[in-house]
Amino acid sequence: MSAPAPTPPFRHRHLLGIADLSPQEIEGLIDLAEAKVAVSRTREKEKTALRGRTQINLFFEASTRTQSSFELAGKRLGADVMNMSVGNSSVKKGETLIDTAMTLNAMQPDILVVRHHAAGAVALLARKVDCSVVNAGDGAHEHPTQALLDALTMRRHKGRVARLTVAICGDILHSRVARSNILLLNALGARVRAIGPSTLLPSGIASMGVEVFRRMEDGLKGADVVMMLRLQRERMEGSFVPSVREYFRYYGLDAAKLSHAKPDALVMHPGPMNRGVEIASDIADGPQSVIEEQVEMGVAVRMAVMETLLAEREAGR
Amino acid sequence: MSETSRTLVIENARILDPSRSVDEIGTVIVEDGLIAAAGANALNQGAPEGAERIDASGLAVLPGLVDAQVFIGEPGGEHRETIRSASRAAAAGGVTSLLMMPDTNPVIDSLALAEFVMRTARETAVVNVHPAGALTRGLASEEMTEIGLMSEAGVTVFTNGRNTISNPALIRRIMTYARDYGALFMHETQDARLTGSGVMNEGLFASWLGLSGIPREAEIIPLERDLRLAALTGCRYHASKVSVATSAEVIRSAKARGGAISAGVSINNLSLNENDVGEYRTFFRLSPPLRSEDDRRAMVEALADGTLDVVVSAHDPQDVDGKRHPFSEAEVGAIGLETLLPAALRLHHSGDVPLPRLIEAMTSAPARLLQIDRGTLRPGKTADLVLVDLDAPFVFSEKRIHSRSKNTPFENARFQGKVMRTLVSGRTVYAEGEQGESA
Repeated sequence: MSAPAPTPPFRHRHLLGIADLSPQEIEGLIDLAEAKVAVSRTREKEKTALRGRTQINLFFEASTRTQSSFELAGKRLGADVMNMSVGNSSVKKGETLIDTAMTLNAMQPDILVVRHHAAGAVALLARKVDCSVVNAGDGAHEHPTQALLDALTMRRHKGRVARLTVAICGDILHSRVARSNILLLNALGARVRAIGPSTLLPSGIASMGVEVFRRMEDGLKGADVVMMLRLQRERMEGSFVPSVREYFRYYGLDAAKLSHAKPDALVMHPGPMNRGVEIASDIADGPQSVIEEQVEMGVAVRMAVMETLLAEREAGR
Repeated sequence: MSETSRTLVIENARILDPSRSVDEIGTVIVEDGLIAAAGANALNQGAPEGAERIDASGLAVLPGLVDAQVFIGEPGGEHRETIRSASRAAAAGGVTSLLMMPDTNPVIDSLALAEFVMRTARETAVVNVHPAGALTRGLASEEMTEIGLMSEAGVTVFTNGRNTISNPALIRRIMTYARDYGALFMHETQDARLTGSGVMNEGLFASWLGLSGIPREAEIIPLERDLRLAALTGCRYHASKVSVATSAEVIRSAKARGGAISAGVSINNLSLNENDVGEYRTFFRLSPPLRSEDDRRAMVEALADGTLDVVVSAHDPQDVDGKRHPFSEAEVGAIGLETLLPAALRLHHSGDVPLPRLIEAMTSAPARLLQIDRGTLRPGKTADLVLVDLDAPFVFSEKRIHSRSKNTPFENARFQGKVMRTLVSGRTVYAEGEQGESA
């Protein structure tokens, strides 16, 4: 079965961020991803779209989940997948980035999947290579495939993204997931709310296309989707919030806070979760949680993204 | 290149000398490296026999520029810039005197280092290079340096270079000590703790880029502290580069209270704003960071009304490797000696800053700061001057750059106002169109 090509055609060599995409391009990717879900659920998953193609996953920052998801997506499309984890310890920071890019480029890959701890690093690398580059997360900037998989998950449950009220909660300041989601949800016409302590909200947040709330009880009122963000351990104890206990008391998603959202509100989390910090265990595992399904959608979205980028490349030649 | 001993007559020039409030068409006569006359009536005695004559019709003659903040890589970072290469870049930009920051390796924090720089400058530089002494040993903000000995050797300005001293007791003590020598305490006002991991102006633009922001208060708080301590100690104080609107207000009110205080602004903060960072363009990673357009406009107004005394290039050469990193990991700084004047002239062409004030802020005002007898066309003074075509358009391309480093934020910028010739002590050290020796 051949997947429907996204329409209108996708005119980018790389996927560096949601900011570069039109609403039509976003919808196109989600449509194609939807078809990939079906493919992934069949017994015979082996496809041929990327057969003979080389995909390199270049992770400057460890992430088992995202890396596995991209690896599986590539393999389900028939690509040869290689994983490279580049530690930050051995070489002076950043020095590896362009050097590594040049080295990998000489190996003639077709697609590079890159995660880096610095904002803008993936775009910098993309300028140095001939292949397509997918941003798998760059600092606090963007994580476009996460936003796409979140939108696909919402659409499968709610039938649409437009006019949904989506509350993004927690550490928005340091979150690339939040930025990509704010961009995508606005592009597709959702209503976006941001909830968090002011120490974890970026400067100018009120001008980023969101409605800002400081109390979960207010921000979750009438929400269709509750999207929780991970709080890094080093930010929990006194630097940005006083303690885990206090953070959970005011911003951890428990049954009482969730009751303010719509009864059928979805609970989402990009993972990995800190149970008992930003989300209570019973909510994470509860009937409204679609957290596991997000993982499944992740593979489908990454298949759609890589297939689209390579189809564009070949059409362009 | 002309000999020092010859007499030079520059005719039909627009003579712009803010030190004497002169702006008139006339003649400049240079004899034995000194200004013999400069003005409409200079030829009253007739041109001397055998003088070299330059017809400067359509050109302006200004005092050579004095740049009160230049970073140079020598000693320790000669691959970025040497004293010689910086001086050639300066000459090409019409800068005839520069204040070299002590951020070298080793740091200019002792008599020996200051004398090394002065000697190297005498032997290799084509413009006047004045070393600024470090305020603290190794710029470590712990122990004060031998301010007396360095002053005696001719160092007039002391600074902590790129670093801001955070300990107010130490600042107070050094100011108190420096006052005894009439030394100038020049300071960056960027609080390191409040800056934290910040790499650009804090605000919406940084938030979207996912970059940590530097709040304006990181500049305002140390500036206010310094001004209080300067008032307490009576030390001559200069805030080297301010960037935010509130800083201008703070300086304005401090000046109203009195005291020997002054402030500078980088040409970058007068010409560019945070939007120029664009897609993580590391040549625009600067300190202080490029601020909002409102801040830039406030800096221009504060320059025009004299609240900000001097404009500096903040010339800071960085090699390509240091800039080819993700924005947050890239080196900070931009070269600027060769673009200082043309970039500043944009403010004249736009009508934002009157030409005499603009020139004053790059000539007589910084000369006063450095306590050097330059920045003027007064007869009897050293003939450091620059011939400029104020209206000539040109594109600043990389191949024009004399500096050893190429990290300019003005690459391919269109300018109006070109340096045609630069003279130091009456000797031509740069002439437009002549193939200069490569640095």
